[in-house]
Amino acid sequence: MPALLRLDGVEAGYGDMVAIRGVSLEVARGELIALIGSNGAGKTTTLRAIAGLLPCRGGRIELDGARIDRLRPAEIVARGIAHVPEGRQLFPSMTVLENLELGARTTEARRLRTGTLASVFALFPRLAERQRQLAGSLSGGEQQMCAIGRALMARPRLLMLDEPSLGLAPVVVTSIFDNLARINREGTTVLLVEQNVLRALGLCHRAYVLENGRIALTGPRDRLLADEGVKKAYLGR
Amino acid sequence: MRVINFAHGDMMVWGMYLAWLLATRLGIDPYLGFVGCAAALFVVGLVVQRGLVDRIVDAPHEMQILLMLGVALVLENGALLAFGPEPQRVRSALTLSTFWLGPLFVDVARLVTFAVAVALSLALYLFLFGTDLGRTIRAAADNAYGALVIGADVRRVYAVAFGIGAACVGAAGALVSPFLPFQPSAGLAASVTSFNIVIIGGMGSLLGAFVGGLLVSVAESLGAVFLAPSLKELVSFSLLILILLFRPAGLFGRRAG
Ligand SMILES: Nc1ncnc2c1ncn2[C@@H]1O[C@H](COP(=O)(O)OP(=O)(O)OP(=O)(O)O)[C@@H](O)[C@H]1O
Ligand SMILES: [Mg+2]
Repeated sequence: MPALLRLDGVEAGYGDMVAIRGVSLEVARGELIALIGSNGAGKTTTLRAIAGLLPCRGGRIELDGARIDRLRPAEIVARGIAHVPEGRQLFPSMTVLENLELGARTTEARRLRTGTLASVFALFPRLAERQRQLAGSLSGGEQQMCAIGRALMARPRLLMLDEPSLGLAPVVVTSIFDNLARINREGTTVLLVEQNVLRALGLCHRAYVLENGRIALTGPRDRLLADEGVKKAYLGR
Repeated sequence: MRVINFAHGDMMVWGMYLAWLLATRLGIDPYLGFVGCAAALFVVGLVVQRGLVDRIVDAPHEMQILLMLGVALVLENGALLAFGPEPQRVRSALTLSTFWLGPLFVDVARLVTFAVAVALSLALYLFLFGTDLGRTIRAAADNAYGALVIGADVRRVYAVAFGIGAACVGAAGALVSPFLPFQPSAGLAASVTSFNIVIIGGMGSLLGAFVGGLLVSVAESLGAVFLAPSLKELVSFSLLILILLFRPAGLFGRRAG
C-alpha cells in the first residue's frame, strides 16, 4: 500500500530563490509526522507546495499514489488535504460559525456539515460559545482553534498544520496539542510543522528535520530526542 | 483583491441604452426590461473579469486603475459609436403617471424604481449572507489567501462577484432610464457619484452603500431645492468631506488593517 503522502525530490522557491530542494518525505495513513527546523528552513514553503499554493518546480508529490503537484489548491483540498496555514488566515469580519462552515467545500463535506460541526464543537467547546462572534475578535488561541476547526470541516484525510503553537501561552499550546493527538487517534493523518521542537517530538510518531531547504535528518521520535545534534541545535541542552 | 470599477457608470449607461433598445425595438417596458439588462451586464462583467482583470491580479494596484479606466473609455466610446451623442430617454407606461398623497406629489415611476432598488438590495443581501456562494464571495473579499487555502475556486468567485456587480448596475441603469435622460458621456458623472456614495458609506459595506446612497441623493435634492440645481454636487461633496473628517473609513467601513 502506498504512503498517504509522498514527496520525492521536491523543489520550490520564490523568484530566483530556491527555498527547498530535493525534499523527500513520506506520511503513512494514521501517522502524526512532525516537520521541524529553525526560522527560514523551508517548512512553510514545503506545506505551501503540497497545498498547491506555490508551484512545485521539481520532483513529485503524490497523495495515495496519485500525482497532485500540478493541481490547483481547490482540487488538492477536494482530494482530502486540509491546511491550517501560518498566521491562521481566518476571515476576520465573518463569524466563527461562518468561518467553520466555509471549510466544508466538497459535496461530501457539505452533506455531513452538521455532524462535523458538532464534532468540532465537541473538540473545541470554546468555539461553540463564540460561534456568533467575529473571528477577528477572538483571542490568539481561539483563532488557532477556529483555523483547525475550519480545516476539519473539510473532513480531510491529511491535516497539515503550520506552527499552531506560535505566539500562544504554554497552557493553550498544551490544550491544542492534546486536541491534535485526539484528532490523530480518531483517524486523521497529521503533518505538523513546528519550531517548538520539544513539544512536536513529544507528540509525533516520526519527524523530519529540515535545514536550509533540505531534509537533514529523519527518524522515530525517540531516536531524534536522543540525537546529539538535535539536542544541541533545537532542544538547547 | 480590491478592484475599483471605474467603468461602473459606463456600465450603467449601457444598461440604459439596452433598456432603450428593448423599449424602442421590442416594445418592452423598462420596468420589465431591466431583468434583461441585468443579465446582459452580468455577462459583460464576467467577461471583463475573466478576460482582463484576471490577467493582472498579481500586477501593481495602479494597473487595475489603468485597466478599468480603459474599459470605461471603450464602453463610453462604444456607446457613442452605436447610439450617437444625442440624449435619449426611455418611455415607460409609468412615465407621467403621478398622484397626490396628502400634500406630497408622487411620481409613480420614481416610486417603482425606488421599490425595485430596495428589493434588489435586499435580494443581494440575502444572497451574500444566506447562500454558500455568497458567503464564499464575502470570504474572498475578506481574505483572498484564506479563501485559496480552504479550496475556494477564487477565480470563479471573483468572476461571479464582478458579474453580479455589473448586473446590479445594469438593472439600475434600466430602472432610472424612464426619468433620467442619458447620453454616452453620462458614465463618468455616474461613476463619480457612486464612488462618493461608497466612500461615504464605507468601502466594502453593503449597508454603507445603501445608507450612503440615500444620504447623497437626499442631500443633493435638498441642495437643488434650497440652493440651486447646479449646486447639488457641492452639497454631496461637502458631505463627503465632512464625513471623512470624522470617520475616515466611511460610515460603516472598518479601518483598513
Ligand atoms: N514570499 C516570499 N518571498 C520570497 N522569499 C520567501 C517568501 N517566503 C519565504 N521566503 C524565503 O524562503 C525561505 C524559506 O522560508 P519558509 O517560510 O518556508 O521558512 P520556515 O521554515 O517556514 O520559517 P519560519 O519558521 O520562520 O516560519 C526563507 O529563506 C525565506 O526568507
Ligand atoms: Mg514558516
